[in-house]
Amino acid sequence: MIPLLIYVGIFVVAFFAVRAVAGGIARTGFSSLKTVTFGDESAVTPDRRASVISILTLFFLWATFTGSALIPSFLHMPGPPLGLHTFEHTVQNAEGETDTATVTFLLFETEQDAEGNDLPDPEPPVVEPGDGFALNDSLIIEAYGSELARLQDNDELTRDDGTTIVAVNGQPISPGDRLDFGFGTISMSTRGSLNILPDQGWQMEPIWLPAPESVAVRFWDILWNGFRNFSLAEHLGYSLFRVVVGFVLGALVGIPLGYAMGLSNWFRGWFDPIVEFMRPVPPLALIPLVIIWAGIGETGKIVLLFLAALWIMAIAARAGVSGVNISKVHAAYSLGASKWQIMRHVIMPNSLPEIFTGARVAMGVCWGTVVAAELVAAEQGAGMMIMVASRFQNTDIVILGIILIGIIGFGIDILMRWAERILVPWKGRS
Amino acid sequence: MTGLAIRNVSMRFDLPGGGAVQALENVSLDIKQGEILSVLGPSGCGKTTLLNIVAGFLAPTEGVIELNGHEVHGPDAERGMVFQKGALFEWMSVRENVSFGPRMKGQRAAQYAENVDHLLDVVGLQDFKEKAIYELSGGMQQRVALARCLANDPDVILMDEPLGALDALTREKMQSLVLKLWKETGKTIILITHSVEEALLLGERLIVMAPRPGRIHKEYNLPFADEGVDADLREVKKNPKFAEVREEILGMIWDMEEEIMGRTEAAQ
Repeated sequence: MIPLLIYVGIFVVAFFAVRAVAGGIARTGFSSLKTVTFGDESAVTPDRRASVISILTLFFLWATFTGSALIPSFLHMPGPPLGLHTFEHTVQNAEGETDTATVTFLLFETEQDAEGNDLPDPEPPVVEPGDGFALNDSLIIEAYGSELARLQDNDELTRDDGTTIVAVNGQPISPGDRLDFGFGTISMSTRGSLNILPDQGWQMEPIWLPAPESVAVRFWDILWNGFRNFSLAEHLGYSLFRVVVGFVLGALVGIPLGYAMGLSNWFRGWFDPIVEFMRPVPPLALIPLVIIWAGIGETGKIVLLFLAALWIMAIAARAGVSGVNISKVHAAYSLGASKWQIMRHVIMPNSLPEIFTGARVAMGVCWGTVVAAELVAAEQGAGMMIMVASRFQNTDIVILGIILIGIIGFGIDILMRWAERILVPWKGRS
Repeated sequence: MTGLAIRNVSMRFDLPGGGAVQALENVSLDIKQGEILSVLGPSGCGKTTLLNIVAGFLAPTEGVIELNGHEVHGPDAERGMVFQKGALFEWMSVRENVSFGPRMKGQRAAQYAENVDHLLDVVGLQDFKEKAIYELSGGMQQRVALARCLANDPDVILMDEPLGALDALTREKMQSLVLKLWKETGKTIILITHSVEEALLLGERLIVMAPRPGRIHKEYNLPFADEGVDADLREVKKNPKFAEVREEILGMIWDMEEEIMGRTEAAQ
């Protein structure tokens, strides 16, 4: 809830701040003369300053809630109160006499060495035992953790002698009670022990969300040292290879199939039920069957992606054929073209825009499907990376994998759009 | 024998829910080689159906079409067609569109290049040869369509409201162009139009068709096409005879439309 409020706050502040400082974006060209722009979608252009601030905001929120070193520490959300804390507890013995002792605990965060191995826990702080039958205590607590402290074990009179803790920092406490202090909460268990729960702050524990720089460090590490016996390029390359091979096979079969369905009654009748049935089946639902049939190797994944691309491409090609303006076909016949020439010079080029739209959809679906298939079972691949990492709670690798998958998916779409502009310049302009 | 003969052509469309529409009934027409014939009529009189039958896109339920003594079955390069719009190939340049017919016949560039360039000059597109179709205006696109049809050297050119989608000024210029091309090439032309003026200006012979069932209602032989070849079309329109025939035909079509509406109302 707090991150959302901060996000909305930054959105609103940035909107008014940019307006006040630099004004709205200047409309250029013909749009600059339009008086009606609200409701005219063509007059809306993305304000790139907003895009930049939007991305910076996401990174800022990420950094501030993880205590990142990338931003100055006064911008951090409050973290757990690391360091030494003390409180007093009062013990009463069977005779009704009381004695007070001090508890000193060190709240620490586990640090890692250069190889990423956890360093050993620090030693508890050294304290004087003090006087009386209750002695001073010393312990360590890991940040985000809690500690059921056995404070009486070192005392001269232990619980077996009938002593009980009756107050913390002078405030009376009995089993089931909770008391709040500056460093966190202390509650008493039903058996009379104190449970110390230090404040967790507003930051995310690295195991849930690592700081941006630790993701970057991990990226650098995997880039040079690989992950699970394969280099990063191999992991991503395998995923891409499967997508490309599956998509190309799907297109090679699907496009002719779609043409045949658009041109022949028999083909339309034969394949209509199959295509219409398979189209709404998500490729993910086929993963178990494909694994049973073809195993978890390359064959299974390529078969799955082939099936994912096949129906999309077949339907796109069929739509491309049915989208031919009949005048074009008539004109070609009147100009003396044969059936084959009409296929080659009219139907095929005319269906290219539809096929490109289909190809973009199919590539997107294939990319999503390959990651999902790798999540289930794979030796290498982007999906396998994040799945294995999540089992070992390497959240930084999981986030790194998600970012890389997103970038590659976006890159594929950009590439397809670029190819479309080059190859089908007449799209949407006839 | 040369020329185009339409012999006793009838066309019935069966409706899905039973019943049928008699789109054409017993239409007969002889069109001489080199004649330009315009066809007028209210909507639904079957003029486009007739053109599609002549082009070979539809088979008549009765009757035959003969061109130069042989029966017509299906579309063929001997009968070229110019559509109202949307029949150009956007994936080809202007030149590739115009050379489509010769290329489909397997001619090499050396064989057709000269003729294609000449036709592009005639229609005034010499500077737009390498342009893409979507870069041209509507009038230019129709000039490409005309040139494409002529490049294939058909015996008969069928025009289905070729100027219907153009603005008034462009349309007038294109009318002159059609007359000029007709005179230069000596092609037989059948032109369907909704515009009475256009039918009068471009038709050596003018057929007025009547609807339900589609049939030939009246036939005129007119001098205006011949006059218009060399003269300004606006001058031709000033001829008192032009206005007289125009009013007569307008009245005729008006009556037909009235009758259709009356029948529709009565049916309701």
